[in-house]
Amino acid sequence: MLNRGNFTRDPRAANNPNKFGASKLDRKTTKNILLRLGKYVIRQWYLFIPAIIMTLLSNQLSLLGPQFSGAAIGAIENASGVDFPTVWENVIKMILCYVVSALFSYCLAVIMIHLSQRIVCTMRKQVFEKLNTLPIGYFDTHATGDIISRISYDIDTINSSLSHDLVQVMTSVYTVIGSLIFMWNISKPLILIFAFTVPASILFTRYRSKKVRPLFSTRSRKLGELNGYAEEMLSGNRTINAYGKQDVISDRFNQRNEDAMEAYYRAEYYGATLGPSVNFINNLSMSLVAMFGGILYMLSVGGKVAPGTMFFISLAGIAKFVQYSRKFAGPINEFANILHEFQSAFSAAERVFRIIDEEPEPLDTADAKTLTDIKGLVEFDDITFGYTPEKTILKNVTVTAHPGKTIAIVGPTGAGKTTIINLLMRFYDPQSGEIRLDSLPNLKIKRADLRKAYTMVLQDTWLFYGTIYDNIVYGKENATLDEVKAAAKAARIDGYIESLPDGYNTVLSDDGVNISKGQRQLITIARALLSDAPMLILDEATSNVDSRTEIKIQEAMSALMKDRTCFVIAHRLSTIQNADTILVVRDGTITEQGTHDELMRLGGFYSSLYNSQFS
Amino acid sequence: MKFLISYLKPYKYRMLLGFSIKVTGTMAELFLPFILTHILNNVIGTLDLRRVVLFGILMILCAGAAYACNIIANRMAARISKDFAKEMRKDLFAKTLYLSCRDTDRFTIPSLESRITSDTYNVHSFVSMMQRMGVRAPILLLGGMTISFILDPFLALVMLFMLPFIFVTVYFISRKGVPLYTKVQHSVDDMVRVVREDTQGIRVIKALSKNDYENRRYDTVNRRLSADERRAGIIMGIVNPAMTMLMNLGIAAVVALSALRVSKNLSSPATVIAFMQYFTLISMAMMSLSRIFVMYTKCAASARRIAEVIETPDRFYVKNEPANSADTSHIRFEKVSFSYFGKQNNLENISFSLPRGGKLGIIGATGSGKSTLVKLLLRFYEIDSGGIYIHGKPLTAYTREELAALFGVALQNDFLYADSIRENIDFGRGLSDEQIVHGAKIAQAHDFITAIPDGYDHILSSKGTNLSGGQRQRLLIARAIAAHPEILVLDDSSSALDYKTDANLRAALVNEMADTTVITVAQRVSSVKNCDLILVLEQGKIIGMGTHEELLESCPEYREISDSQMGGAFVE
Repeated sequence: MLNRGNFTRDPRAANNPNKFGASKLDRKTTKNILLRLGKYVIRQWYLFIPAIIMTLLSNQLSLLGPQFSGAAIGAIENASGVDFPTVWENVIKMILCYVVSALFSYCLAVIMIHLSQRIVCTMRKQVFEKLNTLPIGYFDTHATGDIISRISYDIDTINSSLSHDLVQVMTSVYTVIGSLIFMWNISKPLILIFAFTVPASILFTRYRSKKVRPLFSTRSRKLGELNGYAEEMLSGNRTINAYGKQDVISDRFNQRNEDAMEAYYRAEYYGATLGPSVNFINNLSMSLVAMFGGILYMLSVGGKVAPGTMFFISLAGIAKFVQYSRKFAGPINEFANILHEFQSAFSAAERVFRIIDEEPEPLDTADAKTLTDIKGLVEFDDITFGYTPEKTILKNVTVTAHPGKTIAIVGPTGAGKTTIINLLMRFYDPQSGEIRLDSLPNLKIKRADLRKAYTMVLQDTWLFYGTIYDNIVYGKENATLDEVKAAAKAARIDGYIESLPDGYNTVLSDDGVNISKGQRQLITIARALLSDAPMLILDEATSNVDSRTEIKIQEAMSALMKDRTCFVIAHRLSTIQNADTILVVRDGTITEQGTHDELMRLGGFYSSLYNSQFS
Repeated sequence: MKFLISYLKPYKYRMLLGFSIKVTGTMAELFLPFILTHILNNVIGTLDLRRVVLFGILMILCAGAAYACNIIANRMAARISKDFAKEMRKDLFAKTLYLSCRDTDRFTIPSLESRITSDTYNVHSFVSMMQRMGVRAPILLLGGMTISFILDPFLALVMLFMLPFIFVTVYFISRKGVPLYTKVQHSVDDMVRVVREDTQGIRVIKALSKNDYENRRYDTVNRRLSADERRAGIIMGIVNPAMTMLMNLGIAAVVALSALRVSKNLSSPATVIAFMQYFTLISMAMMSLSRIFVMYTKCAASARRIAEVIETPDRFYVKNEPANSADTSHIRFEKVSFSYFGKQNNLENISFSLPRGGKLGIIGATGSGKSTLVKLLLRFYEIDSGGIYIHGKPLTAYTREELAALFGVALQNDFLYADSIRENIDFGRGLSDEQIVHGAKIAQAHDFITAIPDGYDHILSSKGTNLSGGQRQRLLIARAIAAHPEILVLDDSSSALDYKTDANLRAALVNEMADTTVITVAQRVSSVKNCDLILVLEQGKIIGMGTHEELLESCPEYREISDSQMGGAFVE
């Protein structure tokens, strides 16, 4: 990846719209985006090169067509009557030419579709694979809808620009250079007109682009926000219905809709001048050609300019010059129009590249160890942590979990219990202190190994679109159907699954009505039961399971917990009281630590909590 | 198409104006070559410098007019398409929120989401492009055709002869194209779904180190999307070369025919040359039109998907039925049965009644139908048989607004969104600060809110991820309570609260909301044991009904649950 550093590390380019130094940065990012997009294209050189050849061939052929028709007409014009053999010959040549040219241009279209689809497919893949390596914090701070907007809308914008405009540009360059050469040969002084108007077009375009670019960026961003809001609210669909607030939410959506559309309009409004302006400059140069060409012609006829010198021009010369200048102007006009589309593709690419360039979770250090034969000794050594530097969640926490023992974490909500889990799994790393597993510092263990050492059952269950079977084997891909059934049975969800028409092959759809939160939890428990990780994290694993079912799955849970180091967060004190160590976390510090009996004797927070269930 | 037109209708005058401006601009531009030819053929020969400059200036004026008109017209077009897209998206979103739960389940959320975003965008860009490009091409086409008919009607007929071929090509390609693009959009749905799932389940994915698996899962949908797009593109790619070829074959035919005609002195070579030029113009216009047509195919697929949602009939109906004055209960279920899929009853023969201010507890195994009962009371789904009555009036006699005004609800999978805590409690109802604070106090949320530096103005992250599970639940309960509703529904919404907080909440509810009928769905006996009436559900049927004490006597299942939770009966 080239220059990726320059592109992302400079947050000013992204967030700070202030004028100072912006243009310099802007140019740099523009260049970088262009280069990077170019790299994607060049990587597909085996498609790109044939595409160029096809373009040239089909252009050449379509240029040959008029020549044959010219010859045919010449034969018609023949003073001694129509020369039919020549006419027929040329007509047949024409037909051949056009048919072959059409075939070529269709081939070109097919190649371009493959080319752009490969690029887009790669880009989407890169974005997605990047997402999986990003730290959890990224997802806690970025709206799902915005991410979706980038991977769908933004990439799609790049796609349409690539597949439509790339060929156009290639053809344009070809025609522009060709006609320029012809014009040069006819009259050098008249070309001077273009020496003024072409730079004028370029300068104007650049000036406009610079002004319009931020508008297009806003447009992409606003659309992302709109998408984010839509996604957020759609997932709250039921609640909105229950409160009858459809209209209120719709209104709010519409404000964002309005914002997004306004941003769209502003970009279009200012972008709309681009095409006509360049067109105008072109028309202007044509008018000037007519005028100065006329003047030169008069001078030539008047004998003030000798034939053969630079300023000499014939009437036919002017006519030809005009023809070529029109050919020359066409692509330039088209170019200006395409540039308008490029603007949005650029802004889109910027947003896409920003995800791709996002800092991933730091790589494992070179000396990171592979875990084998884990005993399960976990130590927290003077851990201090906060999600933001300003707010400390955990302060100087020191805990030791011995192999095979169960640590229960108790405390008021918001005290930092889940944070401990986040640190254990290295979803976040502490600001100071060290967590050790089997006396190895966490940071010195391969992250994937560390995470695989734990089985996790969370309160917020996560199931994906797929069969129940797929969802259960998720933690252990090579599990057999019998193992899956045994796990489901132990989790007491087998009865429900078997009552479904498709049993284990039932597809769990997105927000399936047919499955309650408790049942979802049971499926995730079945998933955990299949796992053979040496350590276990249960974060409110059974909060939505009714207590009778909970008792029934207790046997399975006990088997799961046996010989494993377990971290358990639960509110049901019955789940907790048998733990080997109970930690009471309050305001980020551990205030009490010990067994159930010890803490009851202590008469502190735990005992009052415990007693409250009987009051 | 009809659907699109209905949305474009309000802008017809503006569009007409925009079109006429665009036509003027195009005319001015088309005038340029005429003047140029005139200068070359007639003016330069006179060697009159003044006239050359004069006509030059005329050209510049024309160019200027084209410039101004095009910019104005483009801006107007941008404005119209913006307004159009805004309206359409607005209706689509509003409709999406009003869809019945059954319809939402059928469409699925990711699909609805991509209809609101990417489909609307497809239609939007078509409308915008049509206005910008859809003027020049028809003018060139019509103008070119007229002139060529004047020049030589016989040769012009050749062109007419080509038209049926072109139409047939277009017809068949579009018949293939629309379903292909519909499929593309469907694959977009799938792709979006995987991204959505992964951003939501990232913790689990990381914990299990399933990156590769997820990448493969994404790869499948990604490739399928690309393949679908390719397939659509390969078919639609035929349009342009085919049209160009047909037009060019027409030119060849014209050349051949004109040879015959000239030899019979029916036409002159000069006419043929002029004719050819116009024919080229026409074929260029056809190419432009073919590009618009390709865009239209894509747009049509998306428009159909949007129309599908907007035109879904509203399944919510209101039957005007008077209240039964003999019925003094607040909420009454009478022999209610319901099934999600019409196969197995998810609820069967549910009957109970509650007086105003009554407290109902519902308890039962996972999947026993507790939440379903609540959903029926909220009329998320229509019951299959029996009746649900509030104040003696059937549920179906209440309008949406009346119904919503009765309830305060905290649901199982409830949601918080990126806004202030105050707003999350208020939920767009315009409650007073007092009400909000009062609600938060009863919900035991006030203390933790005020401990945050910004207090009630603290901005939550999306889905409230910057709060703990228990804090989230308390905010949701505060939301349910704040408007002091007639009926409060708490569907398993205190599961993450510790016992002490839960107990405080229950006590506050009894003290502060005596006149509110409360329905509590819970796992814990302690959450429901003080209720006036407790339902014990199993597999959709009521297997026990009464107070805590009565049920301890009469319902062995309830006793079992209670024993398991009250103290020592923890099974090791």
